[in-house]
Amino acid sequence: MLTIRGLTKTYRGGDRALDSVDLDVPAGQLMALIGPSGAGKSTLIRCVNRLVEPTAGSVEVDGTMVTGSGTGALRLARRRMGMIFQEYALVERLSVMENVLSGRLGYVGFWASWLRRFPQTDVDEAFRLLDRAGLTGMQDKRADQLSGGQRQRVGICRALIQNPALLLVDEPTASLDPKTSRQIMRLLVELCAERSLAAIVNIHDVALARMFVQRIVGLRAGRIVFDGPPEALTDAMLTEIYGEEDWAASAPPADDETA
Amino acid sequence: MPNSELSQGRIGWQRRTGRARLAIWFAWLVGVLFIVQCWDIMNAETIWDFVWDAPQQAGDLLGRMWPPRWSVLNRLWGPLWDTINMATLGTLLGIVLGAPVAFLAARTTTPSLLIARPIALLIIVSSRSINALIWALLLVTILGPGVLAGIIAIALRSIGFVGKLLYEALEETDASQIEAITATGATRGQRLIFGFLPQIMPVFAGISVYRWDINIRESTVLGLVGAGGIGLQLNASVSRLAWPEVTVMFAAILVTVIVSEYVSAKVRAHII
Amino acid sequence: MNGWAPAPLIANPWARWGFYSGAALYLMLALGSVQVNWARLAEGLKRGGSFVGAFAHPDFVSRAAEISEGFIESLTMTVVATAVGVVLAIPVGIGAARNLAPLPIYGFCRALIALSRTFPEIIIAILLVKMFGFGPLAGMLTLAFATIGFMAKLLAEDLEDIDEAQVEAIRASGASAAQVLVYAVQPQVMARFVGLSIYRLDINFRESAVIGIVGAGGIGATLNTSFDRYEFDTTAAILLLIIGIVMAAEYGSGIIRKRLQ
Repeated sequence: MLTIRGLTKTYRGGDRALDSVDLDVPAGQLMALIGPSGAGKSTLIRCVNRLVEPTAGSVEVDGTMVTGSGTGALRLARRRMGMIFQEYALVERLSVMENVLSGRLGYVGFWASWLRRFPQTDVDEAFRLLDRAGLTGMQDKRADQLSGGQRQRVGICRALIQNPALLLVDEPTASLDPKTSRQIMRLLVELCAERSLAAIVNIHDVALARMFVQRIVGLRAGRIVFDGPPEALTDAMLTEIYGEEDWAASAPPADDETA
Repeated sequence: MPNSELSQGRIGWQRRTGRARLAIWFAWLVGVLFIVQCWDIMNAETIWDFVWDAPQQAGDLLGRMWPPRWSVLNRLWGPLWDTINMATLGTLLGIVLGAPVAFLAARTTTPSLLIARPIALLIIVSSRSINALIWALLLVTILGPGVLAGIIAIALRSIGFVGKLLYEALEETDASQIEAITATGATRGQRLIFGFLPQIMPVFAGISVYRWDINIRESTVLGLVGAGGIGLQLNASVSRLAWPEVTVMFAAILVTVIVSEYVSAKVRAHII
Repeated sequence: MNGWAPAPLIANPWARWGFYSGAALYLMLALGSVQVNWARLAEGLKRGGSFVGAFAHPDFVSRAAEISEGFIESLTMTVVATAVGVVLAIPVGIGAARNLAPLPIYGFCRALIALSRTFPEIIIAILLVKMFGFGPLAGMLTLAFATIGFMAKLLAEDLEDIDEAQVEAIRASGASAAQVLVYAVQPQVMARFVGLSIYRLDINFRESAVIGIVGAGGIGATLNTSFDRYEFDTTAAILLLIIGIVMAAEYGSGIIRKRLQ
């Protein structure tokens, strides 16, 4: 589904965020990308849909080369990749429905989108997704009236209505409380399974990643240093990724609830 | 208003209801017709031959304005000094007169809501409605031409500006600080000095410098109606059709305005 | 003895006293260069008294035809100039936003804005009257030009402050550049832009009263004539009308802007 070869990103000023990364994600697999801040997680998924232009290397999604294509071809490629953001990145002054339908912008022409004339099939699909995400009846609320969890659900609907082959998910739970975080992760896992989507999920919370995914990739200073199932992620491995820390120690359970 | 409705057995979605959509189209139609109507009324007496002639006139004008007669600059230093003085002294006078008006106008500091406040607000709106140039026109008729008319014109226009911004700042002061000062048994005057002044001083200084910068720009043209400064020279040159001199004066005005804007921005950044 | 005095604004005593004496010196020089003709002033005060008195009995009637024509010209000028200026300010404002426009377009639009903002309206009016002839068309063009500078600058600042994450999200869905503008940028800046347009309508009306002095149409010309004829009762009537219209417009635009949030 997703094939990355030799992906390298050097920012102006010489910071090497990604250093020749090779990665394959098959259809139907939810993959968590972990690593300390600044390891290049965010850069990696933004290089896949070229919101950040890679310096070298290739990205292929669903048989289409993403790197090296022109503006028009890039737009077509982006339609096949849904993206979900840390701070939701909803357009706050638009309604929930407009936000969800904005995921179809790559499919409709400019004037139709300007007049909000989306095909009936898109509208049907939007209602189906809102139902599925537990947002029934919310379509006419403005995005800035929603709670964090609700916003992220709208963000998920917006990504899925693109009918993507691949989901790029950037810290989906970083701004949410623990309970909502789990609900959002569960929703993502279920939706990926239902639609057999490939997904890369950047995530800080290693425990949460372990709970929900089949495969974890560890990134450190722009290089992949771990790639395997959650069970293989030992304390030694965590030290390799994040640096020295007492991984066995955990806070008392009472604190864990309120954390 | 957004809307979801059942159409032909399927759930549809549109951003607005049919009626709201119609109302919006109608409002646009009325608006455009209104503007077109205004255009027609406005141009009832326009002589279109002159208008079609405009590009040629513009070319002609530019041709006459170039090259600039830089020697005229020697005559401009005095008027420029007057211009800056009109702006500065006018601003000072405007602040002196505008600050008390602001205290009378602010809900938090006014001695009487029923009498003093409406009068103060009326002074502010009258001063704001009328451009410094019109004040100058009036004062030149009354006092005769000269820098003095310019200073008073600038001051009269500044009263409203300073008054409005300052009274808004006074109404937004933190009530708990005032309460604390009142609780010490302070008199009315002490409350102003220890409660309000510290809170509004930075705003006040910022407003003053900002208005000074605007006043420099305004005072460059006050001479057009006889109130002294570089505008007086500009008016003379324009009426003598001495366009090469006009170019130099435009350049002088441009530099003065840009320098004052730069100074004002620097000072305000420093205050805040 | 432990004396206490509030800390001075400028800490360095040399700089402080230097500043104070500099300011005092400037004030003395400036005040000294103001020449006052006391005889003329005394005579003027009498005339000033009669002018202030005129506000007690403004004369709306004797010059009613000229006054109403002047106001109709001013108001139509204001409406057309605001509409034209606001529409043209949109592309200029987008061009002057560093995050949206390429460098050459950015430079051009910023230069246009600077030109429009530094020169007082009345100077632009002088030039446009020379080109387009006397009358409200020249005035309308003056106000429209000033409106472009004002609106485009504020729009560009708003555009440079938008939340980039929303733009990124729409771009990631495969939207075209035009769709990104409509879906991610416009919703973020629209409400304030409409509010500012209404504010600019107020300003344009006030300015329309001025540019008539140099022949660009509107109530300014009528006002100027009434001064020249020393018809202070008519002058008072015109000024009262201007104040009334500005007050009404400010009240109305305040309500509209509140409804836009």
